[in-house]
Amino acid sequence: MEKKTCLSLLVENNFGVLSRISGLFARRGYNIDSLTVGTTENARFSRITITVTGDEQILTQIKKQLNKLIDVITVIELKPEESITRELVFIKVKADDTNRNQVVEISNMFRANIVDVARESLIVEITGTRDKIDAFFNMVEPYGILEFIRSGDTGLQRGAKVLSF
Amino acid sequence: MLASKLILKCLERENVEFVFGYPGGALLPLYEALRTSPIKHILVRNEQAGPHYASGYARESGRVGVCLATSGPGATNLVTGIATAYLDSIPIVAITGQVNRDLIGTDAFQEADITGATAPFTKHSYLVKDAADIPRIIREAFYIASTGRPGPVLIDIPRDVQLESIKTGLTYDKVDILGYKPNLHGHSGQIKRATKKIKEAERPVIYAGGGVLLGHAEKELLAFAEKDNIPVITSLMGIGAFPEDHLLYCGIVGSHGYEYSNVVMNEADLIINIGARMSDRATSKLTSFEENTDFVHIDIDPAEIGKNMETTIPIVGDAKTVLIDFIAKDTSKDHATWLAKIKEIKEQHPLVYDADPPCSDLINPKVMFRSMSEMTSDDSTLVADVGLNQIWSALYYHVSKERKFFTSGGLGTMGYSIPAACGVCFATLDHPKEVFAVCGDGSFQMSMGELGVIAEHQLNVKIILITNKKLGMVRQLQCDVYGKGHYSGTDINFDIDFMKLAEAYSIKSYKVDKNEDFIKVLPEAIKHQGPVLIQCQVHPDFIRI
Ligand SMILES: Cc1ncc(C[n+]2csc(CCOP(=O)(O)OP(=O)(O)O)c2C)c(N)n1
Ligand SMILES: [Mg+2]
Repeated sequence: MEKKTCLSLLVENNFGVLSRISGLFARRGYNIDSLTVGTTENARFSRITITVTGDEQILTQIKKQLNKLIDVITVIELKPEESITRELVFIKVKADDTNRNQVVEISNMFRANIVDVARESLIVEITGTRDKIDAFFNMVEPYGILEFIRSGDTGLQRGAKVLSF
Repeated sequence: MLASKLILKCLERENVEFVFGYPGGALLPLYEALRTSPIKHILVRNEQAGPHYASGYARESGRVGVCLATSGPGATNLVTGIATAYLDSIPIVAITGQVNRDLIGTDAFQEADITGATAPFTKHSYLVKDAADIPRIIREAFYIASTGRPGPVLIDIPRDVQLESIKTGLTYDKVDILGYKPNLHGHSGQIKRATKKIKEAERPVIYAGGGVLLGHAEKELLAFAEKDNIPVITSLMGIGAFPEDHLLYCGIVGSHGYEYSNVVMNEADLIINIGARMSDRATSKLTSFEENTDFVHIDIDPAEIGKNMETTIPIVGDAKTVLIDFIAKDTSKDHATWLAKIKEIKEQHPLVYDADPPCSDLINPKVMFRSMSEMTSDDSTLVADVGLNQIWSALYYHVSKERKFFTSGGLGTMGYSIPAACGVCFATLDHPKEVFAVCGDGSFQMSMGELGVIAEHQLNVKIILITNKKLGMVRQLQCDVYGKGHYSGTDINFDIDFMKLAEAYSIKSYKVDKNEDFIKVLPEAIKHQGPVLIQCQVHPDFIRI
């Protein structure tokens, strides 16, 4: 059975590490739903969050293959109950004088920010879990979505636990 | 000190005796330093052969083999050999020259992204951007190549980095790579579960792969198999892991294995896989298999376990260490009935040596390899190429005692045998032994240029060249898949005078077309100190293995 899984990787900040990881996915035919990279508390390392869809066997293989890469220090699964994951999204919604307020109102209900206003459009910035963002999309869809960008999930484990090596 | 000198100093610290290389602009500084280094440079005749030399050297000596190539075309010529070493888990380090740092990414003359090109089949790779990193990178490269599941590591060094001048006394001894901590010891709980399963099994089989050889666990395997009389089957890569003259030996499995071995494997209720990948080529003849069989899978690479086959009990660890743990446990059980059954299976599926005319008019390669087994020394090394010649030598040449058998099992790279056999010769220069390169007329022509190296260094290699005027194995496939006569692109009919070719290199040569003659010339060839080529003519229609 296919499921969506969120992996968190601590990697050496070396040249080529990202291409090694993406190459591994491409070559073995694993689909990346999203991938985010960022700096960490230690300049030597980067943290990568990858969401993938696949069955149990594929997900196990992905974790093992990632672990085989020398530059990958740790791989963990960010299980929903034990972690916080969020996504940042910008959505450009069609909105003019007749319906701008309605879009603003919906955005407020979702604690989303209006970050750009023009005569015929708004850009809404929203952060949240995938469910919340899907719900927001659902609400503003009728007004017309001009374009959007989703950052992909990024996350950390809950509690004092840290990705160690 | 010049960085190029430092590179060689670091290689010396890794006990490198030979580098198999080919120069070019991007390696000029390194070659200048090589001139006065104690490390011996062997000029291969094509970079494509370089990694195979390193591979043969590594497999024979148990040490890391090293090859060198310049940037661009030199580096890309290494690609097949690196992939070959990767799929067979052979520890080699490839060093490539690269264009100057400020030119990288500009499509400069002879620039190729070799770390990118080889990423899918290197265990790891480095692009050296700062000469101060050289000691660490070289130490890490050798460590990564030779530990855990061995494999090729590539180090790409821009020309201007080689020319940097740096502090002397830079050394780096302790390797500490956060993301690389190979685990040698099997989990004790898993070992308990596995040995319990072994004790319960009615029809256990040990399936030994290349991991047994890489882990130097042949003795432990023998002890474990003999302890409770468990039969042993090998993969193509596992040939040599268990003596073929042993009562418990049950052959080679796979689409190109023995029929009886596949039948035995199918009958087993427990397969103890030690360091074998269970690749499609090994398991394609195994049918009833998965439902009725339990699997214990021992591998040093966790990613191998469960990749191709569901495993009942996985054990991540080194073959030797885990086998020692197994031996210490009680697994006793009487396997007399099972062994009797196997004997029956062997009788029902005998090896067939006979051939009919016109095939029997020329050399029968099966008989030839069987008789060769009786004439070579107990510690000889045979390197087989790819094709029918490979399968014949794998199936009918007996590998027992201290004998070794190498081939490109994973990638199936034609042209492997000659350079790899040369690598074996270089690894044994101070105690020369019998080394054979078995190849077909197709594969020979892929590495023919290396005859220059053989002649120059008077390497003690005996080339057994099997000429059938065909790319035999592909022709066999064409016959099996499309029917007799559906041959396409597999003729190499043009009559090459291989004797003249050998003469051009001053290599002693023989041409035989009868088994009796082969038996006559082989001892002569073996006695001759130095290279010999024996051309053995086999009928094009001899396509059965
Ligand atoms: C580099 C490479 N190219 C192509 C193949 C496909 N291939 C496998 S066996 C074979 C024929 C080998 O011919 P030869 O060396 O004469 O050996 P024979 O089978 O005739 O003994 C070919 C072309 C390969 N394995 N490697
Ligand atoms: Mg041939």
